[in-house]
Amino acid sequence: MNLILFTFIVLLGFTSYYFGRKKAYTIQSTKKRLTALPQFYGYYLAIWCAIPAFIIFSLWAIFEPTIVKLLILSDYSNQGYLDDELNLLYEKSKALSRGQFTGEITPFIEASAEKYLSLRSIAQSSKVVIVLSAIIASVAYAYKRISSNSRTREPVEKFLNAVLFTASLAAILTTVGIVFSLIFQTIDFFKVIPLFDFVFGTHWYPAKAFVRDSSEALDPTMYSDTFGAVPIFAGTFFIAFIAMCVAIPIGLMSGIYLAEYASTKVRQYAKPLIEILAGIPTVVYGFFAALTVGPFLKELGTSMGLEVSAESALAAGGVMGIMIIPFISSLSDDVITSVPQSLRDGSYAMGATKSETIKRVIFPAALPGIVGSILLGVSRAVGETMIVVMASGLAANLTLNPLESTSTITAQIVVILIGDQAFGDPKTQAAFALGMSLFLVTLCLNIVALRVVKKYREKYE
Amino acid sequence: MNKNKEQLLNKRYKAEQRFRLYGLSAIFMALLFLTIFIFKIFSTGYSAFQKTWLIVPVTFDAELMMLDQNPSKEDLQDADYYDIALKSMADLDPNANEDQENELKRMVSYFFEKEIKNELLNDPNLIGKTKEVYLTASDDLDQVFKGNYPRDLPEDQRRVSDYQLKIFDQLVSNGKVESKFNISFFTNADSREAELAGIASSFMGSIFSILVCLMIAFPVAVLAAIYLEEFAPKNRFTDFIEVNINNLAAVPSIVFGLLGLGVLLAIFHLPRSTPLVGGITLSLMTLPTIIIAARASLKAVPPSIREAALAMGASRMQTTMHHTVPLSMPGTLSGTIIGLAQALGETAPLILIGMVAFVNTIPGSPMDPAASLPVQIYIWAESAERGFVEKVSACIMVLLGFLIIMNLFAQIIRHKFEKKWS
Repeated sequence: MNLILFTFIVLLGFTSYYFGRKKAYTIQSTKKRLTALPQFYGYYLAIWCAIPAFIIFSLWAIFEPTIVKLLILSDYSNQGYLDDELNLLYEKSKALSRGQFTGEITPFIEASAEKYLSLRSIAQSSKVVIVLSAIIASVAYAYKRISSNSRTREPVEKFLNAVLFTASLAAILTTVGIVFSLIFQTIDFFKVIPLFDFVFGTHWYPAKAFVRDSSEALDPTMYSDTFGAVPIFAGTFFIAFIAMCVAIPIGLMSGIYLAEYASTKVRQYAKPLIEILAGIPTVVYGFFAALTVGPFLKELGTSMGLEVSAESALAAGGVMGIMIIPFISSLSDDVITSVPQSLRDGSYAMGATKSETIKRVIFPAALPGIVGSILLGVSRAVGETMIVVMASGLAANLTLNPLESTSTITAQIVVILIGDQAFGDPKTQAAFALGMSLFLVTLCLNIVALRVVKKYREKYE
Repeated sequence: MNKNKEQLLNKRYKAEQRFRLYGLSAIFMALLFLTIFIFKIFSTGYSAFQKTWLIVPVTFDAELMMLDQNPSKEDLQDADYYDIALKSMADLDPNANEDQENELKRMVSYFFEKEIKNELLNDPNLIGKTKEVYLTASDDLDQVFKGNYPRDLPEDQRRVSDYQLKIFDQLVSNGKVESKFNISFFTNADSREAELAGIASSFMGSIFSILVCLMIAFPVAVLAAIYLEEFAPKNRFTDFIEVNINNLAAVPSIVFGLLGLGVLLAIFHLPRSTPLVGGITLSLMTLPTIIIAARASLKAVPPSIREAALAMGASRMQTTMHHTVPLSMPGTLSGTIIGLAQALGETAPLILIGMVAFVNTIPGSPMDPAASLPVQIYIWAESAERGFVEKVSACIMVLLGFLIIMNLFAQIIRHKFEKKWS
């Protein structure tokens, strides 16, 4: 039904476009001067036809279920039901009206189901009537405006401008959505677990919270020493540190080589090849780390008499480092190329070799940009998920030994939220609290990095 | 004095050479990683495109199948195939005892009954005759035949018994084992049995998610880019939008997964595990990428174009829609494809919105539960069975193939259609 109405509105919109344009031609044939190109008459009519109808249509779709539910539950309002029971009653009568109900049918529910059906049919027909009359009214209004040859281009362009503006709000809406989805769960979480325990506790063992019998009331003492996030934060930064130990030297040196030494031919091939590394999906790196690098390191360690976990932080961090190489190399390449040639020429004129020029002149000049690119790399390493989920451990150990396994924020979020989740459970909320901290950390890193890079660009432009 | 100077100079030249070497070896290392990587994936994955079949003579005994004379099509559908299937496997070794018969049965996939049934449905005249039928080998024997299974392990650590190996070797020496192109890898949905598992469901899931993502992200991002680049007044609010976009581009993907879970599933009650939710989540992620690309290519259109249009009396909206935007389309499109390629490889947000569920049907619309290719890689990589290792690599090859095609496409659009302004 909704689909038919929707298609109908769209079709009407198209027809009114042609109708409006034709009207413009008839006005033109009476030797009157048009106020805009004929198609604007069409757009004008089409917008007036479709937009009010769509607005009513979507508002209806949003509010209809709530109102129907209110009307049905008003029958039960004075009988002392709890909210949950009322919801259940409503779902039951809905299921019965669809013929999908399997439980015991009480006269009450049957009556509600009948009422539900009748309300739905009333709602359906009144929706069609209202939408159609809205179309007729607005088209009549717009048609009158067209016939009197009043301005059409300006309103159409204003409308388009408003559409463009709304689209540009999407980015803000997404950010708001992220904060919104994280913050409520996080607040609920900190109602049960004190912030202090979360930030400074050293035991992370969320599985303990899950064993709780659901009939028991929430008992905060049960969760003490369960959600201490220090091992998680430490693990996250430890693995990111290992990754940067791999990525910074290789990425930076290849960036320098590409920018300063490489011939155009080498650059032409080497740069896109290195950038392939950035295009490989992270789950593929994760598979590689778990299947090849982890066992390889374990074997290597055993042959040297070291005890290496198959899910060592080294394997995850190392592979993550490989993934980050291209970010650092292409960003620092860009930064170094944008250092003005005059600085190089000055240094060469003083008799410095190329490497001396790079180390003493270009590198210091490019440093802010390079730091920015490294910070962006760190932010990627902190937020990287699949490699750690697949290749590093899932138990949170507080360790600084790269050969042992540790866990990270992202890995814990996945572990907690994989499968079915119960909202309202402190364990689920813990994942959102971790997500919040991840968001904040990466946000800070990004803001600083972007600002540093921007400042640097302005300096040489 | 002079000698000292020369020494110093030599030292400096050596340092120069060393530095150069560091740079070269860094590039070499990066390329080495890439090569190892690709080599490893291909060398473990290529064998998954082959599938091992056992050729087993099957006697279509009407009595065992509970069929009477001149059975109709429905009779054939409903007939009992298990007994003849079992018998034909047991007949491989006439002296087998009951345990061994059981082991014989486990040499083929649990699907073998169906394969025999299909054979008869294709040719109903087979009743009462014997025909050699291709049966899918169990994944362990499949691995043995491909040489991926260590035969020298002690028997109790192997999933294939000595007896099964003996019969299998007999079959091999009689030429009754054949390796053919693995069509079912592309046409089957996921399965718990490695020999039957395919990528069809996750492939469709990926396609649907990407389509949903494209349909939402592309229009919104292009409109937003047009506004910001052509119409937005320079004020604090538009600056704020800009900072927002740049930050969103660097937010970890898993946070978008939390957004999908916390808003799309928990508040809007969209169906879990579906490409619809996955696509919406991915579109929010791709949005900043496309906006940035579209703005860059709008910026690349020289102001002279706009000035010419305005001088001819076009309004600003007409100038933008008729001239600037069409000229910027190649760059925008290639940016969009690159953004979609990123979204195609994304795993973490899809896991959070439940696209890891085991789905053994092929989704027909974005509203059906499905996995996606990267998630399928994750699911299989977590499975212990040996047969899945090569499947993972093969799935990775398919995914990488798609990414390469998409990126090539983006390159072609950019080089073929983009105007060079000089």
